[in-house]
Amino acid sequence: MGKNEMEAVLMSGNEACVEGALLAGINFFAGYPITPSTEIAEGLARRLPRVGGKFIQMEDEIASMAAVAGAALAGAKAMTATSGPGFSLKQENIGFAAATEIPCVVVNVQRFGPSTGLPTSPSQADIMQARWGTHGDHPAIALMPASVQESLSLTITAFNLAEEFRTPVILLMDEIIGHMREGIVIPQKGEYVIKNRTKPTVPPEDYLPYAAGPNEVPPMANFGDGYRFHVTGLIHDETGFPRGRGSDGDYLVRRLINKVMSRLEEILMVEEIGMEDAELAVVACGPVARSAKKAIAMARELGIKAGLVRPITIWPFPEDAIKVAAKKVDAIIVPELNLGQMALEVERNACGDAPVYRLNRVDAELITPDEILAKIQEVK
Amino acid sequence: MSSQREIRLSGFGGQGLITAGIILADAAIKEGKHAVQTQSYGPEARGGASRAEVIISDAAIDYPKVKEPDVLLAMSKEACDKYLCELQKDGILIVDSYYVKEVPETEAKVFSLPITELAREELGRVIVANIVALGATVQVTGVVGKEALEAAVLDRVPPGTEDLNRQALAIGFQLGCEQLAK
Repeated sequence: MGKNEMEAVLMSGNEACVEGALLAGINFFAGYPITPSTEIAEGLARRLPRVGGKFIQMEDEIASMAAVAGAALAGAKAMTATSGPGFSLKQENIGFAAATEIPCVVVNVQRFGPSTGLPTSPSQADIMQARWGTHGDHPAIALMPASVQESLSLTITAFNLAEEFRTPVILLMDEIIGHMREGIVIPQKGEYVIKNRTKPTVPPEDYLPYAAGPNEVPPMANFGDGYRFHVTGLIHDETGFPRGRGSDGDYLVRRLINKVMSRLEEILMVEEIGMEDAELAVVACGPVARSAKKAIAMARELGIKAGLVRPITIWPFPEDAIKVAAKKVDAIIVPELNLGQMALEVERNACGDAPVYRLNRVDAELITPDEILAKIQEVK
Repeated sequence: MSSQREIRLSGFGGQGLITAGIILADAAIKEGKHAVQTQSYGPEARGGASRAEVIISDAAIDYPKVKEPDVLLAMSKEACDKYLCELQKDGILIVDSYYVKEVPETEAKVFSLPITELAREELGRVIVANIVALGATVQVTGVVGKEALEAAVLDRVPPGTEDLNRQALAIGFQLGCEQLAK
């Protein structure tokens, strides 16, 4: 046993997402297959029934997001997986889940858009959609893996954050990470943490489903456990019923945002390489960060002190990491597979302390280390 | 500087080149090396261009794509014409002589092998041409060990086809040996 289990196995990012979901305790998946995310649905269609879970292919993305919300209300750890066009369709029900505080995981394996785009080609152009795709002020948590190993570990983290904060969590993958294969080690029990939603401790007759508990998160009863309560996308008070009052809206919307923003230290993950003595920073996420990592190593060989800041949590955006970096370096470069989405956040947080240079590709190819190095040399 | 090998397997969709890429990367992982496998294909299940790429290294691999491979397997004329210019000057080119009748002028070391022909004549199954090609490629390049490759092939092929694939691999190794001896 032992040794074999510790050995690296070859799998794709999408397959690793399936493994991560199973380790996290997923027991419900509803989806509508779409390239380049299909392997996640395929994998869970095979694996979930074997562990007593439910897999259902719905008639479309709207219904699959609704099914995920419903299953989560009944106590399931629920997930769906899609790509850009499907992510657009899911937005209404993602907003419903955010407003009604339903924990669930939505995987978006980004592909080239807009619209049908180039289905088998990569992109990072859903960064803003992951934050603002659904209407109204709402909390957003989104994570971006840069490797197959991280695709597994961040899927577990996504479930944990969803459970702990009672909110949808987006795993923002992309075609490159989703489809590429590399060796990963599947963690053993005890090597990862599993978190579950807080249940009410009061008897059903005393239960106020939307009364904020510790950390502003209301304890959550499973439908079917004897706690009868009302769930609505309308602005509701602590009882869950709508009263049509602006004051309820003020309280609810502020609490939804605050429950996430008041505990950033539990959500924000950033990888930094060489930032201790960096005179120039590259801010990159997902697979582009792999190119950036190589580029800063090449720059250092040429005597240029370059560093990398990689947001792993893309939403909430790690503002302080950028603010600190901007005060330290002479220039910031933001390479991304879109025409400048994360750059907007970097520019906003750099506060003019360091000039921000963009490097963008929208020709369906990954930015290369050479291109980033050339930009480093250009702005240095 | 760690040694890094970059291999591109190219041809038509349906020739099993992506499977071949996965098997090659798997063999490298089995040897405790780092490997990344990527692919590019059209939406068609068969026909059209297909390519799989594998990077094998002693160190962690950052940029996961292959830009200038040092090994190119071309199982179609189109793939050979399209990718030969990207092959490193001192690289290795392996072509399936059934599809690539004439190899363009190149400084690379060329191995023109009857891959598909042998799969058909010796085994009666063109479907294992990818495994013949893998055997030959590994024999002439040494990118992974033959034992690791065989283990990876047997792990990844459908149950019941192990013998067929083992034979295909042996034919590939033999093909590579004969060419190296020349």
